[in-house]
Amino acid sequence: MSKIADGLLYSESHEWVKVDGNVAIIGVSDFAQAEMGDITYVELPDVDDDVTAGEDFGALESVKTSSELIAPVSGKVVARNDALEDQPELINEDAYAAWIIKVEMSDESELDALLNAADYAKTIE
Amino acid sequence: MKYYDKLIFELSKPGRTGYSLPETEQQLPKGIVWRETAPALPEVSEVDVVRHYTNLSQMNFGVDTGFYPLGSCTMKYNPKVNEEIAAMPAFTGLHPLQPASTVKGALEVLAGMDKALAAITGMKHFTFLPCAGAHGELTGLMLMREYHMSRGDLARTKVIVPDSAHGTNPASAAVCGLDIVVVKSKADGLVDVEALKALLGPDVAGIMLTNPNTLGLFERDIKEIAELVHGCGGLLYYDGANMNPLLGVVRPGDMGFDIMHLNLHKTFSTPHGGGGPGSGPVGVSDKVVPFLHIPHVSGFHGNFGVILRAYAYILMLGREHIKLAGKLATLGANYIKESLKDCYKLPIPTVCKHEFVFDGLLEDNGVSTLDVAKRLLDYGFHAPTIYFPLLFHQAIMIEPTETESLETLDAFIAVMRKIAEEAKSDPEMLHAAPHNTPIGRPDETTAARQPVLKYD
Repeated sequence: MSKIADGLLYSESHEWVKVDGNVAIIGVSDFAQAEMGDITYVELPDVDDDVTAGEDFGALESVKTSSELIAPVSGKVVARNDALEDQPELINEDAYAAWIIKVEMSDESELDALLNAADYAKTIE
Repeated sequence: MKYYDKLIFELSKPGRTGYSLPETEQQLPKGIVWRETAPALPEVSEVDVVRHYTNLSQMNFGVDTGFYPLGSCTMKYNPKVNEEIAAMPAFTGLHPLQPASTVKGALEVLAGMDKALAAITGMKHFTFLPCAGAHGELTGLMLMREYHMSRGDLARTKVIVPDSAHGTNPASAAVCGLDIVVVKSKADGLVDVEALKALLGPDVAGIMLTNPNTLGLFERDIKEIAELVHGCGGLLYYDGANMNPLLGVVRPGDMGFDIMHLNLHKTFSTPHGGGGPGSGPVGVSDKVVPFLHIPHVSGFHGNFGVILRAYAYILMLGREHIKLAGKLATLGANYIKESLKDCYKLPIPTVCKHEFVFDGLLEDNGVSTLDVAKRLLDYGFHAPTIYFPLLFHQAIMIEPTETESLETLDAFIAVMRKIAEEAKSDPEMLHAAPHNTPIGRPDETTAARQPVLKYD
């Protein structure tokens, strides 16, 4: 059974969002890392890149497969977790501690389309 | 199997050689910058080299050693007559820059192959330049883009691919600068036509389909799909990776496809999977012919040796027997599927084409698809494709091809049943499989995260 952290918002494509003012901290869920298996590479966007809700902003690669990272919100990348470049396993170890990017949101109403922990749990049953 | 894991560098002894050169007074030519130190090449004798590579070759597994049911790969037998013909000096001595007047025979092979593939697929003409399937996809999509641009139809930037598609399809579309839109499959594994309708519009360049799809299922709605896509002004691309079961039965051209590639190294029996280079000729229908680059009298035609082997295969089978290939491949796959569905989970219980997908063992004893695949190696079979397609978590994709006898299929079925029994009686033993191979479970994660790419 994969963990679902309370207090976060989730997308159906298994990204989580932690809201900090107008900044969205984005990672992938424990379910996503378990499905992927051992993650071997994280492709990150650059700081100052624009991301668009529903479009890919990077990718995860594992021994088993590769998967695009889909932006849950639109905005500008203000930070990225460079540690993941050398230690992609951080996502496997704790998917909720290993944030991937931080985005300054251009439209906070996009958050309304995301799921709370209970509703996300239903999508992965 | 004898265990052998030496690198040739480990056999090296300073000064040892497999040749002797006469003394010479010749000086190195001046005016060239020569390297200061000798390259670090292994110093070995002839017998060292022969034994090294012979030992390595004995650890290899290929279609010449045993059953190779790798789904989506069509590992059919590679007839040796193909090799004999491709090795004829009249072909091996050709140079691409030779005057066309001196290579009439080779041009005849290409013209004959063009005609044969057109007859088999219902396309108008083929180009032989692409050297593999994905190369063919890129070529085909560039043709698609060219077709729309020639009509001033510049807004068509979307390519639709099903969620069950080969990974190369969206990758090729991305390389071609097109946007990928995914259409979902229904519960029966086929393209959801209603969902497709919602995606169609004046921005659609076309759709890429593999038929039968990666689940081995024939897209029965293909006529309607073709009408819908053509109706919105798009083109249909056929990924020929799964062409084998259709040989002599149904043609992509008749289904409404405009552009396609073939994998000569799959469907037409040339060696691949480490055994040889590929060839991915692209065929087009009438309306795309004007954009096809057919240099009829140029020397460069992709992997000519592969085309030659495939042509030999087609001529050897002939019009009548090639029709049997697809049917026998389909029969073999269905035979295995029906014989094992009481121990392996069959998520879509319908008639399949050349391949089908199980979703792990029927009874859950904690034994994974990986365990089953590893255990097969102990019994001398190559593992099927596993964990693809992604639609099923414990996917095992089996493709026997038409070249296997009933005895081979029965032997494979017996082993698969035995493994299902072992999963009940001794799951721990399966978790540790394979037990009889030189290496068991290489650490793929560390290999990917911290690859060691050179010897020093």
